[in-house]
Amino acid sequence: MTDAVWLIPALPLAGFLILLVAGRRLGDPLAGWLATAMSGASFLVTLAVFIDLMGEPGEERHVVEDVFTWISAGQLHVNVGFLVDPLSVTMALFVTGVGTLIHLYSVGYMHGDDRYPTFFVYLNLFAFSMLTLVLADNFLLTFVGWEGVGACSYFLISFWFERPAAPSAGKKAFVTNRVGDFGFMVAMFLIFATFGSLQYTEVLEGASTIAEGTATAIVLLLFLGAAGKSAQLPLYVWLPDAMEGPTPVSALIHAATMVTAGVFLMVRVNPFIDAAPDAATVIAVVGALTALFAATVACSQNDIKRVLAYSTISQLGYMFLAVGSEAYAAAVFHMVTHAFFKALLFLGAGSVIHGLHDEQDMKLMGGLRRWMPITSATFIVGWLAIAGVPPFAGFWSKDDILANAYDVSPGLWAVGLVTALLTAYYMARQVFLVFFGDERWKAAAEGEGQAAHASGAHGDFRPHESPWTMALPLVVLAFLSLVGGLLNLPFKGTHHLETWLEPVFGEGGKTLHHLTLSASTKLGLAALATAASLLGIGIAYLIYLRHKVREETVEPLVLRRAWYVDPLYARIIEAPGRLLSTFSANVVDSKVIDGAVNGVAALVRAGGSRLRVLQSGYVRNYALAVASGAALVLGYVVVRAGG
Amino acid sequence: MTVAGEWYLTLAAMLFTIGAVGLLVRRNVLVMFMCVELMLNAVNLTFVTFARMLDDIGGQSVVFFVLVVAAAEVVVGLGIIVSIFRRRIDTTADDASMLRG
Repeated sequence: MTDAVWLIPALPLAGFLILLVAGRRLGDPLAGWLATAMSGASFLVTLAVFIDLMGEPGEERHVVEDVFTWISAGQLHVNVGFLVDPLSVTMALFVTGVGTLIHLYSVGYMHGDDRYPTFFVYLNLFAFSMLTLVLADNFLLTFVGWEGVGACSYFLISFWFERPAAPSAGKKAFVTNRVGDFGFMVAMFLIFATFGSLQYTEVLEGASTIAEGTATAIVLLLFLGAAGKSAQLPLYVWLPDAMEGPTPVSALIHAATMVTAGVFLMVRVNPFIDAAPDAATVIAVVGALTALFAATVACSQNDIKRVLAYSTISQLGYMFLAVGSEAYAAAVFHMVTHAFFKALLFLGAGSVIHGLHDEQDMKLMGGLRRWMPITSATFIVGWLAIAGVPPFAGFWSKDDILANAYDVSPGLWAVGLVTALLTAYYMARQVFLVFFGDERWKAAAEGEGQAAHASGAHGDFRPHESPWTMALPLVVLAFLSLVGGLLNLPFKGTHHLETWLEPVFGEGGKTLHHLTLSASTKLGLAALATAASLLGIGIAYLIYLRHKVREETVEPLVLRRAWYVDPLYARIIEAPGRLLSTFSANVVDSKVIDGAVNGVAALVRAGGSRLRVLQSGYVRNYALAVASGAALVLGYVVVRAGG
Repeated sequence: MTVAGEWYLTLAAMLFTIGAVGLLVRRNVLVMFMCVELMLNAVNLTFVTFARMLDDIGGQSVVFFVLVVAAAEVVVGLGIIVSIFRRRIDTTADDASMLRG
């Protein structure tokens, strides 16, 4: 069955092509169903490949399927080929699985949009690119997928381009990612210069044989790419703005799949990280700082989606903390559970936005649990999962990461623990603001309702539950968020994911059950993490439900403005950039470039006006010129012959 | 009696000079045209002379090419001259100088 692996990306590609040609004719909702079917079929193929791979013994779970030779130039040979191993199949499984659910959700969410078929064109193209990225068997093909998802991200963030904020957010995402892509490309050049190949199998085998400096450079450059794609400090700024896109896009691209591509890449090149301990430290520190930084910002945001965006950045920081601690299985574990609960939270947020007719300000929500029972129940499951309350999925994966971080450095662990507390706090704040408390939307709706009453619209404003296409994915994802921990429980014989991924990590990778920490230490760490979560939830309860403290006092302006990072970037990057472009436009372009062009023209004109007198139009003048020329040549020959 | 080759060459040079000077000094298009023919045939004469002196048939065969090209040139040239004369009677070469720079 593994030879059918090409079908996995090919099916969404087919969907993309069909929708591109016939999307408008299929229309709403048939185009959406076609895209969903393609993504679902891709999931089934992945499942078949997965079962097939399970049947193989551990060390043979590594199949390279070449489709065709793509580039063959000198030393460089690149195939379009797919690498089937536990890591790529795990990625493909949750990309297609969560992807299909989000496709299904979009069928309901995008209903009635003017460009409904176009949305699914992009969505299928995204699925194709993402699957190419994770299944590729060489760096270059991964890079193709990498750029593909970047382009789709750009298209989909700016999908509602009538709003001025959307295209500029799309551009911001694209430009910020370019910075990271530069790192990825230089890393590829370096890898090719070192190994003469870009094939994962060949390169990763040689990773332990190269100099540590080279390995460090490769890892850090790849990490620059990963930091761009996975929104880490200092390149995270695009992700909060990316929330301008439709909510299913935020769930699929900016929470569950694309932003984890960076983590995937780092896990893929894990032999290099093992060979470069300094780079590993950098990754762990950047991850931990990003986790803490984004969590603080999330505590004071009022936009329901921005909270989740900063939360995503923070959780991605956790994953990089795991990667930097060389706990790759923990990183993948958290990636998968995060895909479940963060997709759930985003889709739930979308359902709320949908139900409240495009209201995104949490301060204008409240008490929605009576109006939207399915959404609120599933959202609460997602909240408990991300907050790390046992036995939800997030608890197990976060605990895994924290224990590994503790093993590397208690300092990193402490940062992670504080982040866990903040995570529980801001998510509880969100849940309390949206689903509990006073129904603040009533006042807002009445003010608006009176204005709209004359026209008859919004006559009886009332939040409504979403259609089944949107509710079903919520329920499935809530179930997965509840039981996702089963993938990798820290007990004897239950760490399935670690055992499954083991062949990919070789000797270097650490796993929870290999840690030297004693059982009581592990238990103590888990208890502390749980206590932190409950503490965070308790604080949020006191502030946002009991109103013990005025809300404004815990939402300082500096956090609402996200530590003024955007203005800072505007100062140190945009302002010099603007100066440089002004200089280029007014001095370099108008004086130097135009000067050179106009100078040449003036020279030619001056030369021409002198030369034109020679062209008199009189045949005899020309004949005289020819004759005297011939006489001159003849004279020269005669003199030469005579001399 | 045979005449030495140098005489023929001298004659050809004189004919060529007459043609060239005629082309430069005369204004009448037809006369200029005849001067061109004079020059061409002076060259032909040299070719034949050298063919004879060097005992090489190549020179004679080149003359045939020159004759053919000259005939073609006469057709084109006369065509142009006739069309000029259609536009204005009694014209000189200097009148057709509209293409000056």
